[in-house]
Amino acid sequence: MAKGTLYNKVLDKHTVRILPNGKRQLFVGRQVGHEVTSAPAFETLRERELEVACPHLTFFTLDHVIPTDCRDRPYKDEQAELMAKTLEDNVAEFGLEATFFEPDSDKNGVCHVTFPEQGVIWPGQVVVCGDSHTCTYGALGALAFGIGTTQVGHVLATQTLAMDELKVKQIRVSGDFKKGVTVKDLALGKISALGVKGGVGFVEEYTGETIDNMSTEERMILCNMVVEGGARAGYVNPDLKTIEFLRGREFSPLWYSFPAAIKSWMEIRSDKNAEYDDIVKLNVSDIGPRVTWGVNPGQSISIYGEVPLPKNDEEKDELEYMDLKAGQLIQGIPVDVVFIGSCTNGRLTDLIQAAEILDGRKVKVRTLVVPGSEEVKKYAEAMGLADIFQKAGAEWRYPGCSMCLAMNPDRLEGYERCASTSNRNFKGRQGSPTGRTHLMSPYTAAATAVHGKITDPGRFVK
Amino acid sequence: MNEIIEVKGRAIPKPEDNQNTDDICPARFLKEITFANMGKYAYFDERFPGGQENPDHPFNNARYKGANILVAGANYGCGSSREHAPQALKRFGIDAIVAVSFAEIFAGNCEAIGIVPVTVDNERGDLSYLLKCVREHPEDPVKICVAAQEIYFADEMSATIPCNMPKARRQAFLDGTWDILSVLQQDPKEVERTMKRLDYLNW
Repeated sequence: MAKGTLYNKVLDKHTVRILPNGKRQLFVGRQVGHEVTSAPAFETLRERELEVACPHLTFFTLDHVIPTDCRDRPYKDEQAELMAKTLEDNVAEFGLEATFFEPDSDKNGVCHVTFPEQGVIWPGQVVVCGDSHTCTYGALGALAFGIGTTQVGHVLATQTLAMDELKVKQIRVSGDFKKGVTVKDLALGKISALGVKGGVGFVEEYTGETIDNMSTEERMILCNMVVEGGARAGYVNPDLKTIEFLRGREFSPLWYSFPAAIKSWMEIRSDKNAEYDDIVKLNVSDIGPRVTWGVNPGQSISIYGEVPLPKNDEEKDELEYMDLKAGQLIQGIPVDVVFIGSCTNGRLTDLIQAAEILDGRKVKVRTLVVPGSEEVKKYAEAMGLADIFQKAGAEWRYPGCSMCLAMNPDRLEGYERCASTSNRNFKGRQGSPTGRTHLMSPYTAAATAVHGKITDPGRFVK
Repeated sequence: MNEIIEVKGRAIPKPEDNQNTDDICPARFLKEITFANMGKYAYFDERFPGGQENPDHPFNNARYKGANILVAGANYGCGSSREHAPQALKRFGIDAIVAVSFAEIFAGNCEAIGIVPVTVDNERGDLSYLLKCVREHPEDPVKICVAAQEIYFADEMSATIPCNMPKARRQAFLDGTWDILSVLQQDPKEVERTMKRLDYLNW
């Protein structure tokens, strides 16, 4: 088993006891959540007549069902209104108002965008959320993983959960990105190389010069996609960038505690002589823009590539679902919709990249640009990005999960094909049971919007 | 406590590899506030393509009606951590799943609501054998013995195959600690001691 890693240190600090069944009871430093996975958990508390154990460590936002065009209440979709109202009622009943990022407040947004942005997530914390992309927070050096609704109830009731031991895989990343290639392309390339099951049973530690050079926001893109490679969590050791990122944010440690926080964060970094269960090396110098051709995030190819021959009947069906032919160039495939946003690529840096390409150009297909949070929206508008998108003919929306999983009115219809900066291309994911999704970076999605077909962003990028 | 020593019933085949949580319960049904209706949505898009019932889908097929043991392929339940998919199966009537392998979060979610996930070794053809038996004789009883980690079928045990699950999970079913909330509530003093150790709680 791994020794001396951030995973080991954080686990040890948070271990309450070893349970009779061999699992660890872990204290949870932050539970964050949203409307989709919380209602049944609150029900459990009510059934068992329990209170929320640590309200000040429990944060909620509303993001999945929230409409991104019109925010008038009640929401047009009755079901969405019911879910929003249920969360609001639960927050009031259990005394969580102070940490609720309510709709249309300046803190509202997609959970994995707004919580780090508001300084809620700190290095060295165990963080859980009833959402598989919770692994995003590993970018800040937290040990963060998605849990199921039942466990959300456990944590609400006890601020602890039961956890199995995991192995630690170190992924060393070297090399410089080529022009027009982003961390999203690395994330897709990594899953393609190691498989959608490559990480099962592991926590992934990302390290190396390429990671050192990434901004905290870019690290979030990488850690966000960790779960798509099968791992439960992924993290980057906290460094000066992490400290700078957290300085002065609303929920960051108070100024007089900050020096102590920095000291503690440096101490939980993996030791130089730490031992790992597995080590993998990746080089980003050869990676080009990547696009998925199939129905899981492991099925991506370089944008210069051809749709591969199906390896089995399943892949044959998948190609049919995607209406693609083996040997066909992925570049040039016409799309109906472009979606730029989500907890993967809905941050300011992502929108800056999309705007770099859309500046002074026009989109040929319906293009939705959905900021990840009110804060992102505010800055994007102040920087003139929103104007660029609107002048290009794209729709500039309110923040939310939107067309990543289509729990709100933003959805594909019929057999529509979408170029999407989100994280999942499962069948039916974007709202139509027959809809087709191609995952890609904000650069590639913006270039695709300009031509109305999947397009290499290389020549657009300065 | 809620011990689960064995699961008895009949089996239903769904052996395609990489069945994800959206296959099992399409994402648009996540909007439901509680899990009460999830049973109706199990495999909805496959069972009712374009709104038309597909009578050949195992979950519609009368031969498997009332079956409670799902026989699945590799990487079953990959995708999302949300519990709607296992809840859909549970409320459809599934009490146990036999698969070549599971997505980890999914198997954990199954355990948490009392669905027993076990794996079988298909390199020896165990899954194929089980599938063949189930398809030829869907009326035959099947029993998963959690303690012995064996699957019995046909006329009480003329045939058995070994199955596996992590030791901790097996123990959780056997001693009832899969209902973990009650276990977590047992030692509040130790939780307080842990909190004292966490410097960041004072920042």
